[in-house]
Amino acid sequence: MAKDGLNEFKLVGTRPDRPDGLDKVTGRARYGADFSLPGMLWGAVVRSPHAHAKIVKIDATKALAMEGVKAVVTRADFPEGLSGEDWDLQENTIAGEKALYDGHAVAAVAATSKLIAEDAARLIEVEYEVLPHVIDVDDAMAEGAPVIREGAADPTVPEGLHPNVVKYMEFGHGDVEKGFAEADIVREKSYKTEATHQGYIEPHACVGQMGRDDKGEMWVCTQGQWFIRKMCTAVLGVEASQLRVTPSEIGGGFGGKTTIFMEPLSLALSRKAGGRPVKIVMSRSEVLRATGPTASASMDVKIGMKKDGTITGARAEFRMQGGAFPGAPVDMALYCAFAGYKLENVQHIGYDVLANRPKCAAYRAPGSPMGAFAVESLVDEMAAELELDPIAVRQKNAVRSGDKASYGPKFGSIGLVEVLDALKDHPNLQAELGENQGRGFAVGYWFNHNGETSVSMAIGEDGTAQVSIGTPDIGGSRASVSLMVAETLGIPYEDVRVNVVETGALGVNEPTHGSRATFATGKAAVEATGHAIKEMCRRAAAEWGIDEDAVEWVDGAAQPAGPNAGKFPPMTIKEIAGNMGSTGGPISGHHESVPDGVGASFGAHAVDLEVDPETGRVTILRYLVVQDAGRAIHPSYVEGQYQGGAAQGIGWALNEEYVYDDKGRLANPIFLDYRVPVASDLPMIDTVIVEVPNPGHPFGVRGVGETGITPPLPAIANAIADAVGVRMTHLPISPPKLLAALKSR
Amino acid sequence: MSKIHVTTTINGDPVEFLADPRETLLDCLRDKVGLTGSKEGCGTGDCGACSVELDGTLVCSCLVLGVEADGKSVSTIEGMASDNDLHPLQRKFIEHAALQCGFCTPGILVAAKKLLEVNPDPTEEETRYWLAGNLCRCTGYDKIVRAVMDAAAEMRQEVA
Ligand code: FES
Ligand code: FES
Repeated sequence: MAKDGLNEFKLVGTRPDRPDGLDKVTGRARYGADFSLPGMLWGAVVRSPHAHAKIVKIDATKALAMEGVKAVVTRADFPEGLSGEDWDLQENTIAGEKALYDGHAVAAVAATSKLIAEDAARLIEVEYEVLPHVIDVDDAMAEGAPVIREGAADPTVPEGLHPNVVKYMEFGHGDVEKGFAEADIVREKSYKTEATHQGYIEPHACVGQMGRDDKGEMWVCTQGQWFIRKMCTAVLGVEASQLRVTPSEIGGGFGGKTTIFMEPLSLALSRKAGGRPVKIVMSRSEVLRATGPTASASMDVKIGMKKDGTITGARAEFRMQGGAFPGAPVDMALYCAFAGYKLENVQHIGYDVLANRPKCAAYRAPGSPMGAFAVESLVDEMAAELELDPIAVRQKNAVRSGDKASYGPKFGSIGLVEVLDALKDHPNLQAELGENQGRGFAVGYWFNHNGETSVSMAIGEDGTAQVSIGTPDIGGSRASVSLMVAETLGIPYEDVRVNVVETGALGVNEPTHGSRATFATGKAAVEATGHAIKEMCRRAAAEWGIDEDAVEWVDGAAQPAGPNAGKFPPMTIKEIAGNMGSTGGPISGHHESVPDGVGASFGAHAVDLEVDPETGRVTILRYLVVQDAGRAIHPSYVEGQYQGGAAQGIGWALNEEYVYDDKGRLANPIFLDYRVPVASDLPMIDTVIVEVPNPGHPFGVRGVGETGITPPLPAIANAIADAVGVRMTHLPISPPKLLAALKSR
Repeated sequence: MSKIHVTTTINGDPVEFLADPRETLLDCLRDKVGLTGSKEGCGTGDCGACSVELDGTLVCSCLVLGVEADGKSVSTIEGMASDNDLHPLQRKFIEHAALQCGFCTPGILVAAKKLLEVNPDPTEEETRYWLAGNLCRCTGYDKIVRAVMDAAAEMRQEVA
């Protein structure tokens, strides 16, 4: 049982069945595409087959002549005059003057059936004037590269850079040159990673309805119903509160379902079709071509190290493209890159670059995996050159609570040292390795996040509790919130029901992102519960005729506090709830804030693998995730996050990538060719949950979703170097690439 | 295009619907019959989220036409629990936390049920290879494999 000094918990830290488990194993749970409305139409989207092209003309005459077709929309149906982020969202929703990537939406049609809509979409004639395109981030910055958008650069960009460079950043502390001068060895190396997709198994889907009065409703699979509301209404020029958004169950997101793609199209089609609801479900190839994968990166890292492993100076220069719009996570990549190391002298430089690819979206710890790949690869290589133990080097330089982070602020309570100690002691590290087998380590980091949060809870007439939360349950957060509320109230877990509610039912909530659901929603739920408890104590005090401060809440009942409060038997929540009608009315609590006290999380992974020298194929033999959860509210789902993050990172390291042909078209837009790990690709994934409680949360939670995808990229590259002596600096390390490297050894 | 009348048995119940000859069995189940438990993750036979049994054969219902179900019987996730009792696999999936978002879960359960009929005592490797056609992006498969093997163990005891 988890312990926090004096606190011992009854429910927190246990593993009850999740409240939505039955729905999900019986097929009853309703996801994005599972919802229909009377009179509903189906929408289909026309997408550009060109990476970069001027849109000369769109002719929908033939489509509109088809029986069953009710509406066609193009950019002309959307308001003009948007700017900044809103313009980017609108332009990405539906192209204006130019198509900016293969798959960019140019028109949409609504019809009485899915097949008619699809047939009609094929009849919409779009005339293009194809323009030169650019895909690779380094190419996009080079002289002579096609300009994707003039004037997109913000004022941070120094003069003389290509107009595709839209943001520049530089930060750090100390003096890196001095740091390098103090080192025994200084090494510099370049690394590349390719774009990958979140690969959630559920494609995007929504049903949107909007009348001519601009009042609308939407059912949608999303990580954040308020974000959908804000973005859709901005794109459509409608007031935010006029759109009511209900989140469906969500079939994975990993950051990719925090933004909009076809949702405004369904609303625009509905408005044009006289207010009939319009359902749009993306196909898998639409998901891969036209939603938000992560960025690709090109990175230079320079590190100075003393013979004993002390890092004296470090510099990182990262270039990232996030598609045809600003917003590559280059800042996050740089913040996280050296986060595990205590550095006196460090410098970061970053470039955000446009390319003819879809607008990137968040993907699990956005930017952090790329930076970790570059830095952890070089640290490992230098440790090997100095014949030092790779874990010892990390322990030597590890940041501790109170240290200044590489990116500026001081760390609060963190658990990197504890994580490394637990890793070192794990039996996996004792396993014998054979020929062509190797072992690799790496550390990873994510800040975790708070964000706008609003929760309400109410005591039922039978003494049970219902909690309304605004963060969709993507991996078990109903269970964790239920545990925390039940623990706080002192009632059984089964007596709490947590509902994920629509935008009309609560104040604004940020999405389930940044590993914030269990931290921020959980904290707000505990606060809200505290208000209800206070009210129940007040009711008991009134009943007993004593001061309300003389009542405390213990084990699900109000009781007199201390010897002077009087002798009354405890009044249980059921008794108080049963009488609430006559003692003042309903009892509830709510809480709205941007919760403070976010706790950052470090993790370290160890992988054993085998390289097949004949084919270049890598087989993972053993995998270990060690990560600081702060406190694992429901340990099974924490382990699940660790395992899932590791699996995604393994895919990123070995196989997954966006492949473009010479016309700039995505060459692998189906799961057969965009190959995510399958069950037979992986072994069991061992986990160790380290618990260094976060003092900023009532139960010590840090948030666990994201850190785990960060270390696999470098850990695998490091293990391959250990196995076959080949240092791979460009992900993914797919069999052909590794085979070529083995041959040129 | 004119539609074809399809007569079929779904989870033991007689069901009739009209299908366009181009419509998949998955679309017919979801949009005509109202059984939305089977999911579409890819539409190309690569993810297994749409797995159902057609006359006892495990198929990707996105690769079967609706009209092919004529005169055949279909079992979907909605038919897996009997009356009020969950199938041991369903119970074990909840118990082992073998689902996170749950979107892959119906397809995996249908596929795993077939595995245990064909092979009541699968090894870890056999389980992994059998489920290699069912993508899960959330769990890393660890808890899924454990849940399937635990359900298999329980079911073997029940039979014995
Ligand atoms: S939807 Fe049928 S296999 Fe993916
Ligand atoms: S639980 Fe989300 S895809 Fe498997």
